[in-house]
Amino acid sequence: MNLIVISLLVLGITGIVAAVLLYLIAQKFKVEEDPRIDQVQEVLPGANCGGCGQAGCRAFAEACTKASSLDGLLCPVGGAPTMEKVGAILGLAAVAGEPKVAVVRCNGSCDARPRTSEYNGAHSCAIMHSMYVGESGCAFGCLGCGDCVAACAFDALHINPETGLPEVDEEKCTSCGKCVKACPRHIIELRYKGTDGQRMVVKCMNQDKGPVAKKNCANACIGCGLCAKVCPQEAITVTNNVAYIDYAKCVVCRECEPQCPTGALWGMGFPERLTKAAKTAAPTAQATPAAEGGDEKFDPAIAAQIQALKTPKAVFPHCLHNA
Amino acid sequence: MNTFKKGGIHPKDNKIYSAHQPIVECGLPKQAIIPLAQHIGAPAKPIVQKGDKVKVGQLIAEAGGFVSANVHSGVSGVVNKIDATTDAWGLRMPAIFIDVEGDEWVEEIDRSSDVIRECNLEPKEIIDRIAKAGIVGLGGACFPTHVKLCPPPGQKAEVLIVNGVECEPYLTCDHQLMLEHGEEIMIGIQIVMRALGINRAVIGIEKNKPDAIARMQELAQKTLGVEVKALKLKYPQGGEKQLIDACINRQVASGALPISVGAVVDNVATIYAIYEAVQKHKPLFSRVMTVTGKQVAKPGNYLVRFGTPLTQVVELAGGVPEGTGKIIGGGPMMGRAMNNIDMPAHKRTSGLLFLPEEESRRGIEENCIRCGKCVSACPMGLEPYLLSRQSELQMWSEMEDHHVMDCIECGCCQFTCPSHRPLLDYVRQGKATVGGILRARAAAKK
Repeated sequence: MNLIVISLLVLGITGIVAAVLLYLIAQKFKVEEDPRIDQVQEVLPGANCGGCGQAGCRAFAEACTKASSLDGLLCPVGGAPTMEKVGAILGLAAVAGEPKVAVVRCNGSCDARPRTSEYNGAHSCAIMHSMYVGESGCAFGCLGCGDCVAACAFDALHINPETGLPEVDEEKCTSCGKCVKACPRHIIELRYKGTDGQRMVVKCMNQDKGPVAKKNCANACIGCGLCAKVCPQEAITVTNNVAYIDYAKCVVCRECEPQCPTGALWGMGFPERLTKAAKTAAPTAQATPAAEGGDEKFDPAIAAQIQALKTPKAVFPHCLHNA
Repeated sequence: MNTFKKGGIHPKDNKIYSAHQPIVECGLPKQAIIPLAQHIGAPAKPIVQKGDKVKVGQLIAEAGGFVSANVHSGVSGVVNKIDATTDAWGLRMPAIFIDVEGDEWVEEIDRSSDVIRECNLEPKEIIDRIAKAGIVGLGGACFPTHVKLCPPPGQKAEVLIVNGVECEPYLTCDHQLMLEHGEEIMIGIQIVMRALGINRAVIGIEKNKPDAIARMQELAQKTLGVEVKALKLKYPQGGEKQLIDACINRQVASGALPISVGAVVDNVATIYAIYEAVQKHKPLFSRVMTVTGKQVAKPGNYLVRFGTPLTQVVELAGGVPEGTGKIIGGGPMMGRAMNNIDMPAHKRTSGLLFLPEEESRRGIEENCIRCGKCVSACPMGLEPYLLSRQSELQMWSEMEDHHVMDCIECGCCQFTCPSHRPLLDYVRQGKATVGGILRARAAAKK
């Protein structure tokens, strides 16, 4: 009995002494922090994507709290509603930013770009880019290993097995810009979404001269400048053999679109596409290897998936149907 | 018998195909395409214009910076244009296109086959001639030689190490060069010793080249201060730091240059080029390259002028063999697969290797089983499995802490990996990224 009492007393007293010590030390070394940082962090999405240019959501919250105006501070993931909440907490006026979206500026689909070699190395665009030109002859186009897909924290990017190119799910894209950094060829650009999500884009980055570019990809911009000639707003410039549309000047009249001889110029977000590219980009009737193999036990879709799993991923990074 | 201590592997050397094949001169092309960036550092600046007449050995592009090298014409003719051409990997590179007319050499080049032994030049003059001749390290890195021969202030060279190892499987061009031009190489060694103000040189040769060892030993006996070391067979013995370890038993610290232990390393092909430049006034516009492979009809060692399309050399060797899966520029270990053999020969092209389809495929990548084979194979004492994983996860600062910059990209780790993991691919990627970060940091400090 005595033993129990002594142990309880010793432990109890040690506990109380430790608690008092801890309290005193905590008081002594207390860090005064603006309580609003926590509040701001609370309303942020917490994705820590770095799309705002800060190290993470906490850093962004600190930057907002310190700032005298919210101009230039934007959480691309949360967008305007989040910034309004942040503004309300800090008593600052939220500056409305126009929403952006990631745009893949390459239309070198499998059927447009002849495959000149087969890549057999590590499954990464960055490594492939450091090694050589890629599986097609285009030194500027998409490599198709999906570094951007791996970088996307919002599941907004997927490689389309038909074209071998990444496609952006505009609903999910938060324009955090991670894919832009991940792409070794700098193909992905954050562009303003535009009114009703409609905008004009040149889907090509090829700086080679026309004939070379055309040889390597049927959908390449050959820098002919026809689009620039017809543009009433002078929004299109051709530099280094490739056209670029200035969003600020473009009024989405779509005059340029039918002019493009190769289908590099795209109107995005319109109900239907008018260009040649629409025809080539439409799903072709090429059969998947599994369907050709005729494994009849499975549904063709499942069989294709099985085949994809069986195929070593490092061998055929570019197009599934070329395997 | 000596070798380096840490790591290393023993791939089959496969040198029988082209070994002892006499050096054959490859003919002149119809149009020579001479790239401006044939070396590490800044590309050269062209000094000729369209329509200019050039002779063999004429300077056509000047060094574009301190770490850069002059480029000379390998042919005589008229400059057609200065434009981009496609390199071995399908990328565009600037080059000078010359339509070949005849074979007219610059007068001052001594074209006789006499061996000139006398050299009474001052060290500065020698280095000047080497710089003018555009000589770069022909072992593979293509680092401008004149930069190497000017040690940074406070450091002094004590010994010249000559790399006759040729540890890459398949390649035999250095071996053949030693057999055919041993005497010239020996004079070249004395010239470099004179330029550095030293009296000791060690030639390292692997023991799979007994005739080259015997030949060089015979010549070395007549030469003061030169010694031949026969080395055990092990890859990557031709790496600078490994060769210093094997030849003179000194270890270069992490991040340090060979000069920190008093060594200067040069390849035999470079030494031969130095001999030709100093004694014969012949700038670097040709080199010996090996064309080889199991199924190649006439594997051999070919002397090519820079600017000659590689297809022409391949034709001499009997064309691209049937069933070729991969064409590698250089040796199988450090060389890179090419996707364009129309490209011209230049200072970097040490060999062309045709691998049959069944040998060219990588194994299917599996998970790391932590066997540690890569760690014991790494000649630099790194942990490739860890570095490659860190690179995959983009942990750049951790890679820096684990000395990724010491990696010599020899590929021992990937060769030895039982899971066929692309270790080197990732480590190389990490090294490039960390290198960029370090350069940015150094620039920010300034």
